[in-house]
Amino acid sequence: MEVKKTSLNGLHQKYGAKLVEFAGYEMPIQYKDGIVQEHKFTRSSSGIFDVSHMGQLFISGTENLTKDLERIFPANLENLNLNQSKYSFLMNNEGGIYDDLIITKIEKGYLIILNAACKYNDYEIIKSKLKDKYEIKLDETLSLVAIQGPEAKVILSKIIPGCNDLKFMNGNNFIFEDTNIYITRSGYTGEDGFEISIKNEKAEDFVEKLIEKGSKMIGLGARDTLRLEAGLCLYGNDLDTKTSPIEANLKWAIPKNRINSEYPGSDVLKKQIENGVKRLRVGIKPETRVIARGETKIFNDNNQQIGKITSGTFGPSVERSIAMGYVENNYSSIDTKVFLEVRGKKVIANVCNLPFYKKNHIKGEINA
Amino acid sequence: MPDVKYSKEHEWIILEGDEATIGITKHATEMLGDIVFTELPEKGSNVEKDGTAGVVESTKAASDVYTPVSGEVIDINQTIVDDPSKINEDPEGAAWFFKLKLKDKSEMDSLMNKEEYDKFAKENAS
Repeated sequence: MEVKKTSLNGLHQKYGAKLVEFAGYEMPIQYKDGIVQEHKFTRSSSGIFDVSHMGQLFISGTENLTKDLERIFPANLENLNLNQSKYSFLMNNEGGIYDDLIITKIEKGYLIILNAACKYNDYEIIKSKLKDKYEIKLDETLSLVAIQGPEAKVILSKIIPGCNDLKFMNGNNFIFEDTNIYITRSGYTGEDGFEISIKNEKAEDFVEKLIEKGSKMIGLGARDTLRLEAGLCLYGNDLDTKTSPIEANLKWAIPKNRINSEYPGSDVLKKQIENGVKRLRVGIKPETRVIARGETKIFNDNNQQIGKITSGTFGPSVERSIAMGYVENNYSSIDTKVFLEVRGKKVIANVCNLPFYKKNHIKGEINA
Repeated sequence: MPDVKYSKEHEWIILEGDEATIGITKHATEMLGDIVFTELPEKGSNVEKDGTAGVVESTKAASDVYTPVSGEVIDINQTIVDDPSKINEDPEGAAWFFKLKLKDKSEMDSLMNKEEYDKFAKENAS
């Protein structure tokens, strides 16, 4: 299949991006400054991320749509306000995760943001479950741009006055050069920030304006170190079809009043909530600078394997090696000493709380 | 001024008497990106030509460091272990990796000079 390009491909090249193939798209892994500088710039100022490869799924319909979607997702959609967003999952009958996603209630129905590598599969699953009752569209005429970091609100406000009134996990319609854009206050870096859904033909102009005001484009490399410091999961690494949200320590995203409802995997989730799980996602801090990447085996002090790492990197803001992975439940408590096998040697590490890096989001919803 | 030689694995080597100083090239650091972890051979250990003699990891991936010549490790640069970002700053100067007491000087013969290496690096840059 031909590698796709986002509407910002020209800008990536203009700003010296190293381009790689990611989920079928040609995407920037980094620009000239490199991953560490890009990471730090996002934490201290603001960074722009092209996330147009992600899916923007629009489902429109009236009264029964919410009920029908609650038969697919564990989110509490009945109580969702207009323009409010929730993090949720598309699951199989075993409670395994097809995708982790953000559902936003909009005027005509719902907007669901899907991971790039999962979006076509998600679309087919959701479409078949809704049995053609509603209009459902994966809109590829729209780009998605994120601006993240402490200065994001200052810079975006200069172009889109009023955006700073948005609360965390809430969105609204705004106007950019006579075109409607949809902005939500959200992101995946552990920073305050916004995600902007904008017509493809306007995206480049919009991003150039953000750059003029002092922001910089940031690649997928820094996006990965930022999200890992923030303790956030990357689908395909930390989440997959064999892992449930409970095992992934994402129980907070399963509302209490939906535990007894029916949706794919609901009976498995209910049992796991009541009886506990065999393995759990935890944060892991190696004692040295050594990096424990995905698939690194985790051992106990009797040399028995008790789990494996799913993501690991060097955290430029916390200035240490950081990782997350799954361990057997009785090794999941904080400060449990474990051993990571890296290049044949055992490295001492400790189970720790997530996130590694914490900053307060704008209030509006409890920071998960 | 002693000659600098280069290997196809992107190491540089300077020979003074039978003592060789080895590091990785600027071109290698540019391909790797920000280096965040370094592992060096143990002082007193013996390394074999083209064998692994350490690891560098960038935010993206891990790469082995090879030694272009055989010998006994007589010194290592602890500075780049403590602060691997020094490698990106001055890869062909202060950020040398290790020093060897050379076993066989003829192993130097197959290595490239600067001109040959620059051409090789340019052709192999992706």
